[in-house]
Amino acid sequence: MGQITLNQITKRFGDVEVIPPLDLEINDGEFVVFVGPSGCGKSTLLRLIAGLEDVTSGVISIDGQDATTVPPAKRGLAMVFQSYALYPHMSVRKNIAFPLRMAGLDKAEQDRKVDQAAAVLNLTDYLDRRPGQLSGGQRQRVAIGRAIVREPSAFLFDEPLSNLDAALRVGMRLEISELHERLKTTMIYVTHDQVEAMTMADKIVVLRAGNIEQVGSPLELYKNPRNRFVAGFIGSPKMNFIEGAEAQKHGAHAIGIRPEHIEVSETDGPWSGVVGVSEHLGSDTFFHVHETGLADTITVRAGGEVGFRHGDRIHMTPREDVIHKFNENGLRIS
Amino acid sequence: MARAVTTRRKAFNTLLAWSIGLLIFFPILWTILTSFKTEAQAISDPPLFLFFDWTLENYAVVQERSDYTRFLWNSIIIAGGSTVLGILIAVPAAWSMAFVPSKRTKDILLWMLSTKMLPAVGVLYPIYILFIELGLLDTRLGLTIVLMLINLPIIVWMLYTYFKEIPGEILEAARMDGAGLKEEILFILTPMAIPGIASTFLLNIILAWNEAFWTLNLTAAKAAPLTAFIASYSSPEGLFYAKLSAAATMAIAPILILGWFSQKQLVRGLTFGAVK
Amino acid sequence: MATQHSRSAARIMMAPAVILLLGWMLVPLTMTLYFSFKKYLPLRGGDLGWVGFDNYVRFVSSSTFWPSVQTTLIIVGGVLLITVILGVLLAILLDQPMWGQGVVRILVIAPFFVMPTVSALVWKNMFMDPVNGLFAHLWQAFGAQPVEWLSNASLFSIILIVSWQWLPFATLILLTAIQSLDSEQLEAAEMDGAPPLSRFAHIILPHLARAITIVVLIQTIFLLAIFAEIFVTTGGSFGTRTLTYLIYQRVLESQNVGLGSAGGVYAIILANIVAIFLMRIVGKNLDA
Repeated sequence: MGQITLNQITKRFGDVEVIPPLDLEINDGEFVVFVGPSGCGKSTLLRLIAGLEDVTSGVISIDGQDATTVPPAKRGLAMVFQSYALYPHMSVRKNIAFPLRMAGLDKAEQDRKVDQAAAVLNLTDYLDRRPGQLSGGQRQRVAIGRAIVREPSAFLFDEPLSNLDAALRVGMRLEISELHERLKTTMIYVTHDQVEAMTMADKIVVLRAGNIEQVGSPLELYKNPRNRFVAGFIGSPKMNFIEGAEAQKHGAHAIGIRPEHIEVSETDGPWSGVVGVSEHLGSDTFFHVHETGLADTITVRAGGEVGFRHGDRIHMTPREDVIHKFNENGLRIS
Repeated sequence: MARAVTTRRKAFNTLLAWSIGLLIFFPILWTILTSFKTEAQAISDPPLFLFFDWTLENYAVVQERSDYTRFLWNSIIIAGGSTVLGILIAVPAAWSMAFVPSKRTKDILLWMLSTKMLPAVGVLYPIYILFIELGLLDTRLGLTIVLMLINLPIIVWMLYTYFKEIPGEILEAARMDGAGLKEEILFILTPMAIPGIASTFLLNIILAWNEAFWTLNLTAAKAAPLTAFIASYSSPEGLFYAKLSAAATMAIAPILILGWFSQKQLVRGLTFGAVK
Repeated sequence: MATQHSRSAARIMMAPAVILLLGWMLVPLTMTLYFSFKKYLPLRGGDLGWVGFDNYVRFVSSSTFWPSVQTTLIIVGGVLLITVILGVLLAILLDQPMWGQGVVRILVIAPFFVMPTVSALVWKNMFMDPVNGLFAHLWQAFGAQPVEWLSNASLFSIILIVSWQWLPFATLILLTAIQSLDSEQLEAAEMDGAPPLSRFAHIILPHLARAITIVVLIQTIFLLAIFAEIFVTTGGSFGTRTLTYLIYQRVLESQNVGLGSAGGVYAIILANIVAIFLMRIVGKNLDA
């Protein structure tokens, strides 16, 4: 089981309120991602759940039990840290076995579970090495191995991929998702990378300045962002925002349109502008269009073969059905 | 090296530095040499440098006459005991300061260091009569406690600086893995800090071994360590150069060797981290 | 950055060290203060009642006080001057490229590890003895009359012995500081056409200022308290009675505890003045 409920929790460091009163429900077996810009309180929130920090007020319950004052060791959670936090003086085997040793399991049982986890994570050949002799990806696997042998009620991941290079990151992302598929254990994952959030999550929690901006599935957030912040944060490249006369035509203070929802043409379209930088990804091309009279830059996505050049004047047609409208406070008008 | 240096310049540096180095080291060298002479050779005029009849006789005489090993044991027990005791008390304190810092941590640390600067002579009499009252005068236990107390600030300080270099996340990981405070310190922090603890140990052995105020004033015969043993040679009738040298060599040799291993820690420990 | 649990654990774990040091500081300090206001002669009548500030006045007005202050200042000042100047020069020399640098370093540092009683006795007997000492032989070799070092040049002798002990400390710390100097800075100055002497005055010396201050402060605290070097050489005679030694004599030799305690309070105040400056520097470094 791994059902976690946060009820009106707050956190202050001295006079600074890092987390204003916050409610959140995490269901058993869910893959929940906390995402937001740095300093938004997502890591603090994770540490509050882990018990590495005290909440200033409010109640944290795990599987229906009040865990607010339970020390981290007793919460039945496992955590994977950004720096991996492996024990440098222990072999990989001993690292993975450490939680079992703390739980008082006998040696044979420890070995059995470690071997099992090592087989799953492709670490069998490295069990006698020290963490210092491993590559970044291998260290990451050891950290995960140390977490899974505990059979925790939930896994906590604190930006676990940010120290890996881009190629490894994609691979590890898949591995963690597969792990979740297999274990079906609750996972809470903190990241600042919205791509990780979109690709891995069952449920995304978007945070800004300690506040939950929106909770929902990746597609929900993509399709129906509650406000401009979420709209801008989810999706890549970012949504285009247009204010002024064009927005008023739609009865809004501002409108947002994603780059993939604008069609480009040499001749037709209500909007026009001059092509600046174009990014060719092969499958797609992103054009950054200037002098539109709408916003500084409008980013549009086109097919890989579309070949406008720098300085070309082009025309654009937004798809009316996916235009997002926002009022003066940045909230979505439905 | 930023650039090549002419060989001539390097030779000059070498010559100059070696001459000065040997000059500074000479009193120690001379003591060691003299310890292998006979008493007559030790005061011969002109002095003999290398060409004399090397003998180990002085070492035997010193041992036999003054029971050198008893003083040696006292030194080992007092220096070792005070250091071990100090480290046992300082590890938890340094853990607190390094990993659970509060607004007052810095003040407490500075206050601890400032107690190190209390002039011993200012509290000589109170300690003296307290020792008499408690039956600690001229006991190893008493000296062990005093030397532990005077060096405790440096031990806490050094351990604190070493602990600060250990990432807190690793200790948090241990906590998440189900380790209690005891396991966290015993299985994770201490093994990781072994090099730092060893350096602290080394420097404090040296400081305690060479301490020469309390060891002279709080001991008579029973618990006197080597500092006091050597001081007993200061009376005029003790004027036997070769034997004095043998005794001195035996007293400084172990610490001289340890000292060479601890140059770096010396800077760190004795400047309280103000010079890096 | 922590939980209630760990904070209360931290308090408990810090308690032994804090309580021990607090006791070590407060108990004897209070007793010294208490005795300093009493006429207290353990061997001649014991506690003879309160005398107010009498001991403080008598300690300062006794004929031995000012000479002892003067002696203390000369020894501390002399040793500081010698160790800092030679220390800077030696540190610069040891920073130069040479063969066997490590060995030279060890030779230079060695005296610091010699226990004070040993170095004092070795110097006293084997170097400064007017008949058999090496210096006597050396003087005679040049046809000069051997000097009775510890009676006729007693202060100089003690300064020499103590400087020998502390020169390694100053050198080691200044060397550490020099090695942290950015060599590009020196090269830039050289490119700008600064001759070696002005490079030394304008770049190396200012860089060393902090380290020198620290050496001065730390050594001052230890030098104010030197004891064994005097104890085994002159026993405080021939004008080598420092403030520390004077207090020691009052307390343990003449057993005038009240008077000695008043002197002890003066010594504590003096050490604290130095300590405040040192703690400021250490504290600033702690923030960084």
